[in-house]
Amino acid sequence: MSGIPHDHYEPKSNGAKWLERRLPVIGLLYDTLFIPTPKNLNWMWIWGIVLAFCLVLQIVTGVILVMHYTPHVDLAFASIEHIMRNVNSGWAIRYIHMNGASLFFIAVYLHIFRGLYYGSYKAPREVTWIIGMLIYLLMMATGFLGYVLPWGQMSFWGATVITGLFGAIPFVGEAIQTWLLGGPSVGNATLNRFLSLHYLLPFVIAGLVVVHIWAFHTTGNNNPTGVEVRRSSRKEADADTLPFWPYFVIKDFFALAVVLVAFFAVVGFMPNYLGHPDNYIEANPLSTPAEIVPEWYYLPFYAILRAFDSEVWVVIAANWLTGGIVDAKFFGVIAMFGAIAVMALVPWLDTSSVRSGRYRPMFKWWFWLLAIDFMVLMWAGAMPAEGIYPYIALIGSAYWFAYFLVILPLLGIFEKPLPTPATIEEDFDAHYGKPDADGDTVTSPAE
Amino acid sequence: MFKKLALTTLTALTLSGGAALAAVVEGEVTNYSFSFEGPFGAYDQNQLQRGLQVFTEVCSACHGLRYVPIRSLSDEGGPGISEDQVRAYIEQNFIEVWDEDLRDYRPATPNDNFPVIDSAGAPDLSLMAKARAGFSGPYGLGINQFLFGMGGPEYITSLLTGYNGNDEEVAGIYLYGNDVFPGGLLSMSPPLFDGLVEFNDGSPNDAESMAEDVAAFLMWTAEPQMMARKKMGFTAVLLLGLLAVLLYLTNKRLWAPIKRRAKEN
Amino acid sequence: MSQTSNETNQSPPTGRRDFLYYATAGTGAVAVGAAVWPLIDTMNPTADVAAAGTVRLDLSGVEPGQRITVNWQGRPVFVWRRSPDAIEAARAVELDDLPDPIDFPRENPNASGEAPALDENRTADAAGEWLIVIGVCTHLGCIPLGQNGTGVGEFGGWFCPCHGSHYDTSGRIRRGPAPRNLDIPPYTLGDDLQLVIGV
Repeated sequence: MSGIPHDHYEPKSNGAKWLERRLPVIGLLYDTLFIPTPKNLNWMWIWGIVLAFCLVLQIVTGVILVMHYTPHVDLAFASIEHIMRNVNSGWAIRYIHMNGASLFFIAVYLHIFRGLYYGSYKAPREVTWIIGMLIYLLMMATGFLGYVLPWGQMSFWGATVITGLFGAIPFVGEAIQTWLLGGPSVGNATLNRFLSLHYLLPFVIAGLVVVHIWAFHTTGNNNPTGVEVRRSSRKEADADTLPFWPYFVIKDFFALAVVLVAFFAVVGFMPNYLGHPDNYIEANPLSTPAEIVPEWYYLPFYAILRAFDSEVWVVIAANWLTGGIVDAKFFGVIAMFGAIAVMALVPWLDTSSVRSGRYRPMFKWWFWLLAIDFMVLMWAGAMPAEGIYPYIALIGSAYWFAYFLVILPLLGIFEKPLPTPATIEEDFDAHYGKPDADGDTVTSPAE
Repeated sequence: MFKKLALTTLTALTLSGGAALAAVVEGEVTNYSFSFEGPFGAYDQNQLQRGLQVFTEVCSACHGLRYVPIRSLSDEGGPGISEDQVRAYIEQNFIEVWDEDLRDYRPATPNDNFPVIDSAGAPDLSLMAKARAGFSGPYGLGINQFLFGMGGPEYITSLLTGYNGNDEEVAGIYLYGNDVFPGGLLSMSPPLFDGLVEFNDGSPNDAESMAEDVAAFLMWTAEPQMMARKKMGFTAVLLLGLLAVLLYLTNKRLWAPIKRRAKEN
Repeated sequence: MSQTSNETNQSPPTGRRDFLYYATAGTGAVAVGAAVWPLIDTMNPTADVAAAGTVRLDLSGVEPGQRITVNWQGRPVFVWRRSPDAIEAARAVELDDLPDPIDFPRENPNASGEAPALDENRTADAAGEWLIVIGVCTHLGCIPLGQNGTGVGEFGGWFCPCHGSHYDTSGRIRRGPAPRNLDIPPYTLGDDLQLVIGV
């Protein structure tokens, strides 16, 4: 598929030939499963499998939860307690679904930052990257919609605040917000449509995941060196790659098992750690909680949203330039979505000729600063919007935009990259061929 | 036995710390130690039964447990009283529930939930222990949640024993001074005093012991499946741990010839 | 896989390696199985539904001749304190006149084993005053008429309006498409007239 020469499926029996002429599904599965994969992939390349697992986990547990859930403002909260108390293993399914969302986002952030470090977004993998960003956006939407369903206090007020973002759009904002909610405020109509969409979007994500995989199976995987697999001869391709099954499937499964040990430790012993206590209080439209905090995975972007208040000079400038149409509220919304948009545009913002951050001495520093910036923004998003925190959030936001819009384009011009290995095979042999680089390569007991 | 922990805004310095902050933990919450804390902790059946008694004789005058099925009193991992005792409990305490079909109150059956009681404007207590959770420990890394429980029962106990006598009348309503309640003033009068409830087994019935008992009971009403959950946690961690070890060995075996060849090159 | 030829050269398959692979696959299968069962189990009746499987009722207020209907597991249970006439009519019937002369344990869980569909075997008490049956027509699941004393059909018990099945005063099918007598729920009824259905 990827232009890398490798074995293809040859139907042997008459039945298999009959089917293959009509629907080459076995051939497709064969090519997918045995696709040549760069053999030097490191442990940061496991998050794709974890993410695929998360999607299946959330869909399966979600389908079961919805069998017992009642989308009505008077009954939703009670139906969650019904799941927790009466449904066989309902508490387990619900806690897994709840914490599964967190695992999903941990994995997606590591997956994204891996792509940012190793330049996986660069040509010819721009489409893979863009599809990935779409999946990420849909994940955020799905997570938000799902958080409303238990109909606790945070559900209700989170829904109120987030849909309020759309109300910030000039002229049509209020009409859009009313349309989204199905009324002047969050109510029964909102809850029902949120369930419908929360059920729908994961299947859209699943479809996009297929496209995502299709895209990078067309270009071939990136790898830690950023050097492409040699495709001119079968021999060279075989020296650079190994088939996905069994080499990478087993490796990924091992990583998945380790991740799941941690996951089930959280589910079993502290399942409410990442949740908000206020969501165990039924929604009350007449009483706002002391502070509304989104789920942790939205916090960096929530911090960017709040960073731009009416005293920041860019906001004042934007306000003046647009004749008052862009106010602080709308500017915050633009900044939040803009922060994701610049990330989506990174294939065209990064001007470097070298793909992998491993061979970019200056880039490395800026990249790790971005990773720290992300954590700082996450922390700032959890803090109250007063005192020093808005300033921290503002500095963090400024760096986020500067990294993508200024630093990356300039680095490509000013940075002198290190020499990259000629081939993937060379990189692999250099790593494992070192004397005693990996003890187990020498001894192989009982073989 | 227990140490004072100032669980103030410090808890907020974290990832989910913002969440902890909004959990309105403002006063000083004492970190009582409960039998069900930590990965190996389990509910103390006798304590849950005492807590049920305190709840029934004191709290239930104003507070409901609308999400808790009465039959679950005989569930495994809970107070564990027999089904006959559950029926006797309903009869002795004249528990009645509203029946939508009859448009009237009728005696409860074990399959009914505890009645909804909101006449006094008091909050329902079914989930209070989880709704008042939120101590995440130093820097909120969850270490406390893992080792010392989620903090809800500690909050409840501290609140019940936190009355300080600095009462005030605000806008015609008499409010009671409390060190733990956010804002320091609370409309609930001190509900527990020494010797209020007489326990059959002669357990200590000073106000603090009773507060601990009822807080443990409310942790159970909020999280009745905690024992099953921890058991699942252990099973899953052990099984997946074993699987991880086997997959590690398989992976190593699988890659050994590939890595050996790299060495030869 | 491309490795096969290589491995036969360098490291011929041994029992130990096979064992590792089987152990890994086996443990993986156990893990998947342990995860799948709870998922399936969620679709079984929930704890509240299972608990609603037991209904308690005080029958001491029921007058002779009176019929009452009890909701048990979402189905009507017909409780009839029969008049002497109805008892006599039920006990006069010969087994040969019945389309369904045998009640299997599933149909009458209170009898021990297979029982002839005699009225004595179908009533709660030896005198035959109390008849307790599930009010679901054995044909296609309609609820027969007769609980209010009218529309009792030709045999004085119940009549199913859907396809015209007639039941007698012992709840036995006498005419019409229904294949079986009305089922009897598992219950206990003591001398204190405390009825417990579903034990």
